[in-house]
Amino acid sequence: MDEIQNYSYFEHGADIGITGKGKTLEKSFEAAAVAMFAIITDISKVNPVKRIKFNFTEPDIEFAFISWLNNLLNESHLSNMVFSRFHVERDKDIWMCEAFGESWHSGLERGTEVKGATLTKLSVINENGIWAASCVVDV
Amino acid sequence: MNLENFIQIEPNCWAVRLKEEGGGLGGGKEGANLPVRFYADKELLAAMDEKVKEQIINVSQLPGLKGYAFAMPDAHWGYGFPIGGVAAYDPEEGGIISAGGVGFDISCGIRCLKTDLTVEDIFPYAKELSDLLFRNIPAGVGAEGNITLNEAELDEIMLNGAHYATSKGYGTKEDILYIEDSGKVSGADPSMVSISAKRRQKSEMGTLGSGNHYLEVQAVKQIFDENIAGVFGLKEKQIVISIHCGSRGLGHQVGTDYLITLAKAAAKYGINLPDRELACAPIKSVEGGMYLGAMNAAINVALCNRQMLTQLTRDAFEKIFPKAAIKTLFDVSHNTCKAEKHTVNGKELLLYVHRKGATRAFGPFHPSLPDLFKETGQPVIIGGSMGTGSYVLAGTKESEERSFSSASHGAGRAMSRNQALKLWKGREVIDELKEKGIIIRSRSMRGVAEEAPDAYKNVDAVAEATEKARLAKRVCYLSPVICIKG
Repeated sequence: MDEIQNYSYFEHGADIGITGKGKTLEKSFEAAAVAMFAIITDISKVNPVKRIKFNFTEPDIEFAFISWLNNLLNESHLSNMVFSRFHVERDKDIWMCEAFGESWHSGLERGTEVKGATLTKLSVINENGIWAASCVVDV
Repeated sequence: MNLENFIQIEPNCWAVRLKEEGGGLGGGKEGANLPVRFYADKELLAAMDEKVKEQIINVSQLPGLKGYAFAMPDAHWGYGFPIGGVAAYDPEEGGIISAGGVGFDISCGIRCLKTDLTVEDIFPYAKELSDLLFRNIPAGVGAEGNITLNEAELDEIMLNGAHYATSKGYGTKEDILYIEDSGKVSGADPSMVSISAKRRQKSEMGTLGSGNHYLEVQAVKQIFDENIAGVFGLKEKQIVISIHCGSRGLGHQVGTDYLITLAKAAAKYGINLPDRELACAPIKSVEGGMYLGAMNAAINVALCNRQMLTQLTRDAFEKIFPKAAIKTLFDVSHNTCKAEKHTVNGKELLLYVHRKGATRAFGPFHPSLPDLFKETGQPVIIGGSMGTGSYVLAGTKESEERSFSSASHGAGRAMSRNQALKLWKGREVIDELKEKGIIIRSRSMRGVAEEAPDAYKNVDAVAEATEKARLAKRVCYLSPVICIKG
């Protein structure tokens, strides 16, 4: 599945609901990250020339989803970068994560800042072999 | 919202009656009223999303609630708490503190400045002023400030709030008098703030942020109460400035760090969460104490940030109006949990009052108010949305028993951001507002479209309902002249 085509948004009164889908749990996380950064900028314009890596430990897959998104936001702020490509691997409770992007510059669209991924409408489910990871992000 | 379960107990106050047979939410009997109150007129209430009712009922079920959980007239669907939700919990009865009840944008609020300039003074220079403000105030996603901090300086900000800013030349001691909690809250514990949160803030002090944040130059257009307006120092055609922003990256990261911590703590303490976003822990627990220390540190960061932005605003104005006097009217916070004394059933209690998208609204003679506001109550600011204007109100004596001294904070969204993006383009919104004489400056056309004036409720109706519910009294209406949009 092409991750670019596998994210979507759902309605929320004040903020924005995001969903990422994939054939694996990890791919659904990656697709949701694309959805989140597409709120922040036009990700088609972001060159994935720099890589950020981080790991975290979380046994609960729903909390892991939130941690993944919030770690990305944190890394994005710390490096003043915006990301367009993502990679997740899982070894039991350990999540090994990579994000690719570039530093903010005047050629990138300034979209809307995402303050954090919330537990509202949080779900990570597998239906008919397709994983779907969803939550509302606070903007 | 379907009003079938609502009982109108006053013209602008509504209860919700339990319908489920044999109990249900709250374990009450059919026909019993739930411990919730909605303050709104019928139109505002009907326009609220069903989720507001669901969320405020969830809030009312958390341990240690005192009195009622309240929805303000601008309430809309949030995460965990509704935006415009108020609830107070008693630590002596197992009361909780909820990260979801405060939100990510801790102490997001409005600093309102009054000037000695008039509309006539500003109009010839409006374009030049908007350029200067746009240059001086870092705004929008990815924008970094010009103020960089080391670890010790950040720790000092977390402890001393706006006082740090004035000690470094950002504003005056007079500003401090007119900030809630005199510019800093007690109970901040920088050691409870993660290294990530601190690192995020190093280049975000003195920045406006994004989303619904703004800096707006406004004109006093209509006075509702001449006496109080006189005390506040406001008159028709006067220019005021409103700065809407919060604790930036540090606050966002504190919210993030504690969300899962408190969700797990709730399970540990046997608290049944109807919505996991209500992540909470008993106030007297270790986790509750940790969050309180970190959240108070974030509140102080927000107070300092708005103080720094105040000075950056003055610097921009002074380039065109070197003799202009720009003074702080008041600084209010929206997303907080504060320890406050309130009288419940004749007994004074120390309660932890969550205000999520709601403004504190202390009435006349409250002991914490500066002398200037002793007889009027504190200024309450209801922010609008670019084209729609804002209101200054004054806290009432009655709001103490009606809402733990709380009132509306803004117009409140009427539709989702996705819906707004389908209806408007940023450039079109800017051009339409220009036709009305309002200058919008923003780096984000998407942000402008999401924040289009008609994406919000009618701010006039919200302010009127707030007054009719006796939460705060209208003092004056402000119309926008220049808006720097985050």
